[in-house]
Amino acid sequence: MSRPILEVKGLKKNFQVKSRKALFAKPTSVQVLNDISFELREGETLSIVGESGCGKTTLGRCIVRGMSASSGEVIYHAPGGETVDYLKLNGAASKKFRKDIQMIFQDPYSSLSPRMSVFNIISEPLIANFKLSRREVEEKVSSIAMQTGLNVSYLRRYPHAFSGGQRQRIAIARALVTQPRLIVCDEAVSALDVSIQAQIINLLKDLQQEFKITYIFISHDLSIVENISDRVAVMHLGRVVELASVESMFRQPRHPYTEALLSAVPQPDPELKKNRIILEGEVPNPANPPSGCHFHPRCAYRTEKCVKESPALREIGNQHYAACHYAEELTLRSARNEPRTEEGH
Amino acid sequence: MKPMTVFGRQKPANLEPEGRKDVNYSSQWRLMVLRFKKHKLARISLAVLALLYVCALLAQFLAPYSLESYDSKYVNAPPMKLRFVDADGKFHIRPFVYELQSTRDPDTMRKIFASNPEKRYALKFFVKGERYKFLGVIPTSTHLIGVEQPGRIFLLGTDALGRDMFSRILLGSQVSLSIPLVGVGISFILGLIIGGVSGYFGGWMDSVIQRIIEIIRSFPTLPLWMALSAAIPPRIPVVRMYFYIVIIFAFIEWTGLARVVRGKFISLKNEDYVVAAKIAGVGDAKIIAKHLLPGLISYLVVATTLAIPGMILAETAMSFLGLGIRAPATSWGVLLQEAQQIENIALYPWKIIPLATVIITVLTFNFLGDGLRDAADPYKR
Repeated sequence: MSRPILEVKGLKKNFQVKSRKALFAKPTSVQVLNDISFELREGETLSIVGESGCGKTTLGRCIVRGMSASSGEVIYHAPGGETVDYLKLNGAASKKFRKDIQMIFQDPYSSLSPRMSVFNIISEPLIANFKLSRREVEEKVSSIAMQTGLNVSYLRRYPHAFSGGQRQRIAIARALVTQPRLIVCDEAVSALDVSIQAQIINLLKDLQQEFKITYIFISHDLSIVENISDRVAVMHLGRVVELASVESMFRQPRHPYTEALLSAVPQPDPELKKNRIILEGEVPNPANPPSGCHFHPRCAYRTEKCVKESPALREIGNQHYAACHYAEELTLRSARNEPRTEEGH
Repeated sequence: MKPMTVFGRQKPANLEPEGRKDVNYSSQWRLMVLRFKKHKLARISLAVLALLYVCALLAQFLAPYSLESYDSKYVNAPPMKLRFVDADGKFHIRPFVYELQSTRDPDTMRKIFASNPEKRYALKFFVKGERYKFLGVIPTSTHLIGVEQPGRIFLLGTDALGRDMFSRILLGSQVSLSIPLVGVGISFILGLIIGGVSGYFGGWMDSVIQRIIEIIRSFPTLPLWMALSAAIPPRIPVVRMYFYIVIIFAFIEWTGLARVVRGKFISLKNEDYVVAAKIAGVGDAKIIAKHLLPGLISYLVVATTLAIPGMILAETAMSFLGLGIRAPATSWGVLLQEAQQIENIALYPWKIIPLATVIITVLTFNFLGDGLRDAADPYKR
């Protein structure tokens, strides 16, 4: 197993929410990330999945310091063997390491400045992080543009002249230009249509092979997640509820929430009748989370224990982690090799 | 694989020549200009405004008479007609005016004016008249139009002291059109700095600044003007007076612009592309200079343009109430003061002509602002 590149330890993020109850009421805080811990190994792709509002994007942004975390550590293992808390970097150390972790955003329309040409957009991180002559900048930008499938002669154009897929390639080129070791892809393909999604996914995979990049791939699209990732973390209401390799997760989910998510993956085979698990009720309000296991109001397998006790994320075996009191006992349906249901035929 | 060379940002002249006209290679500003050009009303407004400002700049030259000149023989004289054909039906290439003779209405004993076809005064160009300084520097006495002494030309009539309205409207436009520009300029700077601090740093600083703005904005403007202009000593030079009034306007006006700037800063600060730059390690100063300000400036241009008509109206209102510019200096508001009395409007309707100029200016600024706003939105199609 390759060595770790990033360790997230007890990451928390609170948002202050103004209460409307009284004029001078104390602002209440909403815990968006609740004690997130995981380890990332070099060259792997870790997907983070979960329904909207579960904190995936916040997690991604906290890691790259697009947002400041409330507490916790993100230990970065630099190539030289040093380890630093990425969240506390400043000054010279910041200059040294920040270029190593980059991000690709969901919406290629808002993540590219409409006021800069593509060349300036791609070269911006380069100029901010390295001292290069203009010629070197030009060479780097054009080589990265070619690798991401952009026409070099279009670099003088502005983003408005490009389609969504091309724009996302520009965003990828910008993230790659500093030769980062880790890229956080925040729903990087969700805004694109399916054929373009495939292109971009393949591009990301190729680039991973070529440059040995580690990805944190934030997505809600489980078909893509299955295709691209090595390991998957399932998030629910600011917590990681299950973390396992993609095979293990899709073959044998250990958390009822994962089971429900997997059952929602669309199947391309129309013959296959699916038993979708429809979760009852709304996503619980993070400002006022349920007692015990946060998932219990919507869980079909809940017991008294679930209402009272909050389960910890524990290893079930073979690097498969789940936060459920009954992870071992439950036999949950998997996404793959789903048996044809009786009522279907 | 040897990478191709791309032309760097320092040399836009190196661009492919055919690419320069292509919309794909157009920067935000160029797209704005292109879209603005499609806005017909705004283009016309821009031309009208340019004309107005050129007239204001050259007012002393264009006006036949100066601010101080008056003639008690011609009090409340109606506008004179420029004629080409005289009483005998003879055509003259050079337009002329008839001499005005004042008589009294035998019934009401009111002074009325009648033109005297015996006496013709041909309109002359580049005539010598009162001395003034051209553009404030070159002393000269040449006026664009005029008639020979002892003739008089009142294209838009005269006021109660026998002063030519046409000249006074032109000369008044210097004050009425420049106070808003200078005032908005000052409030632009104040608003940009204070609003920028408020929006970028946020937190308690934002709260304090916003509360101050709310307090200033909740002052009733009219009593505030009265108080402030009462604080200005009555006998001070016109230039100082002008300066004080600009400051009074800027003091109130900056609050609006500061709010625009603050809101824009806050929204831009959280744009994905700004976050992306932050993640890429770009420094705060560079983010402000390269992402926030360029994103802001087009909106500011619009906000400023739309703030000017308000200032013009405010200046007019203040002068109209006798709080602003005082005679002998003049502005459109001062001219409209005379139109306060119903008698004046009923008997001498030409005294409300300055109102038309105010309306035209305010409307053209509004149309221009509309056009700029439409052009400034980068995501509009």
